[in-house]
Amino acid sequence: MSDQAANGSALLAADHIYKIFGGLVAVDGVDFSIPTKSIVSIIGPNGAGKTTFFNMLTGLYKPSGGRIIFGGQDITGRRPDKIMALGVARTFQNIRLFSTMTAVENVMVGQHARMKAGLFGSILRPPGVRKEERQVREKAREILDYVGLRKSEFDQISVNLAYGDQRRVEIARALASDPSLLLLDEPTAGMNPNESARLTEFMGKLRDEQGMTILLIEHDMKVVMGVSEHITVLDHGEKIAEGKPQEIRDDDRVIEAYLGTKGATG
Amino acid sequence: MSRLRAVPSAVRQKLRPLPAAVLSLRQKRFGEYLPAVIAVVAVTLFPIFRPPLDGLMDDAILALAFVVMALGLNIVVGFAGLLDLGYVAFYAFGSLMGGWLASDHFSKINEGKGVFVYVNDFVKETSPQGIHLNFLLIVIAAIAITATAGAIIGLPTLRLRGDYIAIVTLAFGEIIGRFVANGDSVKIGGYALSNGRQSISPLDQLDLPLVPEFDSATNLRPYYWCVLAMILVVLFVNFRLRDSRLGRAWVALREDEVAAVSMGVPLVRVKLMAYAVGAAFGGIAGAFLGVYVNALNGNTFQFGVSIVILAMVILGGLGSIWGVVIGAVLLSFVNTRLIPDVLSGEGFQSFLGGLGLDFTFSEVAFGIFGFILLVMMVLRPEGLLPERRRKLELAEGVGAEESVFEGRS
Repeated sequence: MSDQAANGSALLAADHIYKIFGGLVAVDGVDFSIPTKSIVSIIGPNGAGKTTFFNMLTGLYKPSGGRIIFGGQDITGRRPDKIMALGVARTFQNIRLFSTMTAVENVMVGQHARMKAGLFGSILRPPGVRKEERQVREKAREILDYVGLRKSEFDQISVNLAYGDQRRVEIARALASDPSLLLLDEPTAGMNPNESARLTEFMGKLRDEQGMTILLIEHDMKVVMGVSEHITVLDHGEKIAEGKPQEIRDDDRVIEAYLGTKGATG
Repeated sequence: MSRLRAVPSAVRQKLRPLPAAVLSLRQKRFGEYLPAVIAVVAVTLFPIFRPPLDGLMDDAILALAFVVMALGLNIVVGFAGLLDLGYVAFYAFGSLMGGWLASDHFSKINEGKGVFVYVNDFVKETSPQGIHLNFLLIVIAAIAITATAGAIIGLPTLRLRGDYIAIVTLAFGEIIGRFVANGDSVKIGGYALSNGRQSISPLDQLDLPLVPEFDSATNLRPYYWCVLAMILVVLFVNFRLRDSRLGRAWVALREDEVAAVSMGVPLVRVKLMAYAVGAAFGGIAGAFLGVYVNALNGNTFQFGVSIVILAMVILGGLGSIWGVVIGAVLLSFVNTRLIPDVLSGEGFQSFLGGLGLDFTFSEVAFGIFGFILLVMMVLRPEGLLPERRRKLELAEGVGAEESVFEGRS
């Protein structure tokens, strides 16, 4: 397989990580790395272990073995909030907004790790805490504006937002912590081609304007091929292919994993 | 805001934005606030229109002390969504502090000469032995011990959710309650934990700087105003916490634990803070009630007390601060007035007798609480003054039930 990703400038590197649930090997010794300021995708059939892999990177699951290095630090098995504070933010496959909070409040929670106010600060609200609260609210509105949410929706309860807007708020919430690595789990699921195209464009913008590194799980091949510099293919928890979009498109094992050997439709 | 428009923008920029509360005061006409103003004035001046030693005032003081506890439990159950059925434990700890630190219980301490810290001469004359601290110090001790106890009980429940948290906290409440009830046989260093059913009594009267002397035997008014002042502090803390970084983190954890920790909310710290703050309020109220009723009776801390406080929170509206205040006052008066005076009064008893029923409502007090809750659940499950989020949760069934620890174990 291609070794180009495994160079020294990797922002995140997973070294032979695996995860076993009972007798099921969900992720089976995957080596993986993401170069700084790149957009990298993980694809694979349903149940290939993509989300499990994501959950290990973000600390929701502890890897059964292997190491994860982020920005030169070993983050294997660390708590999710610690990993988040280091600069790894994510969205979820099925949108998980705090549904009774407004869009702005959701994004404010995203900044939790960047805030200082403690118990007594919250009660007494000295000028520093007031200022922080004001800045956090201000920043939340800026980010929501950046992801393209209409101003009239800012103070809507998130459960009342349209599906596409909920996706936007979720991305904004992840961006709120100023991450250096953004993990997007099937961000275009349920979007029409038009919306998907806009999101693809937005990811490019994030990378170019914000210098963000993006790791994407995605089923929409148009999005994947259009935006990724590098693609990793998982099947049954194993990495079966890795390379540039063109190489993946022509890889026999990938075609086999997706379509089956005898041309059965996947 | 409309008045600000006339101001030149350069000046306007220098004006600091007014707090939202002040802005909304301006926008609404005074008439809309009149009922609230009247209510506050009425509650504050109420004792003046009653005799100094008055049954109704006695019940009101009790009700207000329960408001403090209900507001504390509201932080744990209402804000953070952790169902706590053992809240009586913190009441017990608070009262223990009163019993220990304002009486002659530790009679041999300091070679029988007692320890006195900022208490008046009357205490020294009437109770020359034991530890006697100023009430403010007792409250601080109660806050310290209950906050610690709250965090300790919180620890084993961190991995649990919903009903399981309820069971663990219930057990904790029972353990503490039993210990205090049988405290006469629990001896540490020659001193009993409590006097069990015999009570540690008397306790020192409240004694605060700048306030005339307290004497619950002749004048209840200072006690009333004291607990009212406590409520002000507790309300302030509640409102501030609700609209803060911590308050948002509580709501986030309550709604979706997995998403919250993925967004950088430290689960353990934030949950333990909810337990600790909530417990501290129980401790404050416990210390006050202990001193006010002038006794630490081991029999007070029954499981039923936890349930009554929880019922106050649910009746008022989970998470709704004003709702909880109303719920606590209502249920407390049901307990002290409606059941013993009205329902068990002669008129109602003869009515029951006419129906061929032979019992007093005092015997079935819990049945009445249960009945009230049942009616609430059917007619208005979100509580009397529902909180916006909770109402939404009940209406839409939103919120995720998944534990962070399931994946990490």
